[in-house]
Parts: sequence; C-alpha cells; structure tokens
Amino acid sequence: MFELYKLQYICFYMKVVLKIIAVAFLLGFVCMGKKVEVVTFGQLQEQAALKNNDTLYVVNFWATWCGPCVKEMPFFEESSKIFANEKVKIIYVCLNSFKELDGVERFVKAKKIQNEVFLLNESNPNSWIDKVDGGWSGAIPATVMYKGGESIFFKEGDFTQVQLDEAITNMNKTIITNIDQK
Amino acid sequence: MKKINTLFAAAALVLFVAFTEGGYKVGDKAADFKLKNVDNKMVAMADYKDAKGIILVFTCNHCPFAKKYESRIMDLDKKMKAKGFPVVAISPNDPTVEPDDSFENMQKRAKEKGYTFPYLMDETQNVAKEYGATKTPHVYVLEKQKDASYIVKYIGAIDDNCEDASAVKEKYVENAVASILAGKPITPDFTKAIGCGIKWKK
Repeated sequence: MFELYKLQYICFYMKVVLKIIAVAFLLGFVCMGKKVEVVTFGQLQEQAALKNNDTLYVVNFWATWCGPCVKEMPFFEESSKIFANEKVKIIYVCLNSFKELDGVERFVKAKKIQNEVFLLNESNPNSWIDKVDGGWSGAIPATVMYKGGESIFFKEGDFTQVQLDEAITNMNKTIITNIDQK
Repeated sequence: MKKINTLFAAAALVLFVAFTEGGYKVGDKAADFKLKNVDNKMVAMADYKDAKGIILVFTCNHCPFAKKYESRIMDLDKKMKAKGFPVVAISPNDPTVEPDDSFENMQKRAKEKGYTFPYLMDETQNVAKEYGATKTPHVYVLEKQKDASYIVKYIGAIDDNCEDASAVKEKYVENAVASILAGKPITPDFTKAIGCGIKWKK
C-alpha cells in the first residue's frame, strides 16, 4: 500500500516537472529573438543586395562591442515597426568574429532584436568592404540600402531615429524600373 | 517624384563624396605634428632624425579590433625600428565619448604592456582629420624624403586577418616597408578593414 502511494506521488511529481519544462520551452521560443545565421559575404548579398524586387532592404553593419552601433539598434527596431506596412526589410550584419556566435545570439536575445541577424564569416575585410560601398572606410556602424538589386544609399556612422526614418522614407520612394516582370 | 529622388540621391552622393574625400591619399605629403606622449613629452616626426620613415598607427585603448592588433603593433615596432621605420601610435578618440581612451588610461595601458613606441594623444583630433583617419586601427606608412618631409606610401590595415594572426596571408604594412626599402612599387598600397569609428568630439 505504501509502495503504491509512493509510485503515484512520483508520477504526479514527474508530470508537473514535464509541464514546467514544456512551458519553459514554449516561452523560450516566444521570447527568443531571431536566431543568428552565419553567412559568407556572397550568401549575404543574396539576402539583400541581389534581390530584384521592390522591397527596400536596409542593411546595418554592427558589432556587439561597437558602442554607437548598439546605441542605434533600437532605432532600427523602431523603424521596422514604423514601416511595418511598407515593403521595408531591416537586416543586421554582425561583424563580431564568427567564433563568437554564442555570444552574439545571447546579445540578440537579451536585446530582443526582432529583425534578422547575420554573422559574417569572412577573414579578409579588404576583399568585400568595397563591394558594399567604395566610400566605406570600414568603420562601423555603417548602413547600406538596396532596392531592385541596386545600392541606393550608404552611410558610414550612426543615425538618430529621425535621420533613420527620414532616410528610409526617402529611399522607400525610389522607383525601381528594372525589376524583372516575370 | 522619381526625378526628385534622383536629385536627392545625387545630392547625398555629392555630400558624401565631399565628406569622405578629405584626408591623405597615397602619394600625398604628410604634415608633421607635435603631440603629447604618455611620458608627458611632446613628440614630432621631425624628432626622428635617423628614421627612413614612420609607421603611423591610429589606435586606441577601448576598441576590440585595436586590442586584437595590439601585440602585432608592438611586434611591428620591434621588427621595423631596426629597418628605420619605427611605429608612432596616436589615439584620436575623444575621452568624454570613450572614457577608456583618456590620457591617464593611455598611460596605464602603455606601461602595462610595455610599449616600445610613443603613444600620443591627438587631443584636438586635428591630426586624425588632416590624415583622414576614420577608424582604429588605421595605418599610414610614411617615407622620409631627402628634404626631411614625409610622403604617404601606404594607407590601411596591418594585415589581412584581424581575427587570427597565425592565419595571416598578407602582411600589408611589413610588405609596404620592404617594398620601400627595395625601391619597388607597393602592392597593395591601400587596403580596407573593419574598425571602430573614431569617437569625434560632439
């Protein structure tokens, strides 16, 4: 009799534990920011620069250790809400070492970043900086905007919310004529 | 509307070009400066009577990229000083924006690490502006001329792999110095790398 009572008790206890685990798991998914994907420069270009459509791609280069970058990230998050009904997509390209993926993911989660984050895996920046913009010295933050497969805006340095919204508003008006009409 | 946008884009481009075209290009004459070293003495390029050139490095305390290059900058000085190209490091950041880069912290850092080269504070940020430095680290290899003036021979990164010194394929700065000494053209004489933007005075 005593043994049965003990078994029931254990079963009940285990059910509760399982429920807690399941809830925690679900909550984790909901609360978690976007997962960070490690990409090469070529793969990154496919995500924005080479997209031949009428969406405005706003690509922000940053790193967790870059003070002004981290400071302006909430502005980008806010802009993505302001332009939620427009064809505007914000993409973050993290320039931390690709070996720091875990740390970057933790950062993205802690800051509740909702837009897509890529971590660039390229060892020699001299090989790709000019492909983003010839005028970019390599200092971050830097932001480039693409529409219809063309670069239409570049800025080295940080934004205020007003400046960013203004730039997005202006660039979003750009009419691209060479989109594939397939 | 499209026309307006084109105009806007053109204006932005002109502004941008005007803004970024400042600073030296390879082949330009480099102006001398007089800046305070961490030992409180003033340092100028003219002080280097016997040098064949100078490896001028804009760097700083706080920037992780500068930190990753720190030991390589120290090695450069040890290796290149003997060849007549000593390192001169300049911290261009405004310490009110980045307290890690205060003069006291620069002194601390230089002492802790045992810098064998001057670590100067560009308090007015005029040297960084004149040279066109935008980030840390940002290197200028200068060759001394017969009239004791300096010509910019190389601008850019120290090498092609910030992350892993052992995986470096091209040592840009060392190659530039070797080419100058051998009287050969420098290739590449201009490179780009990711760095921390200089913290300008607000």
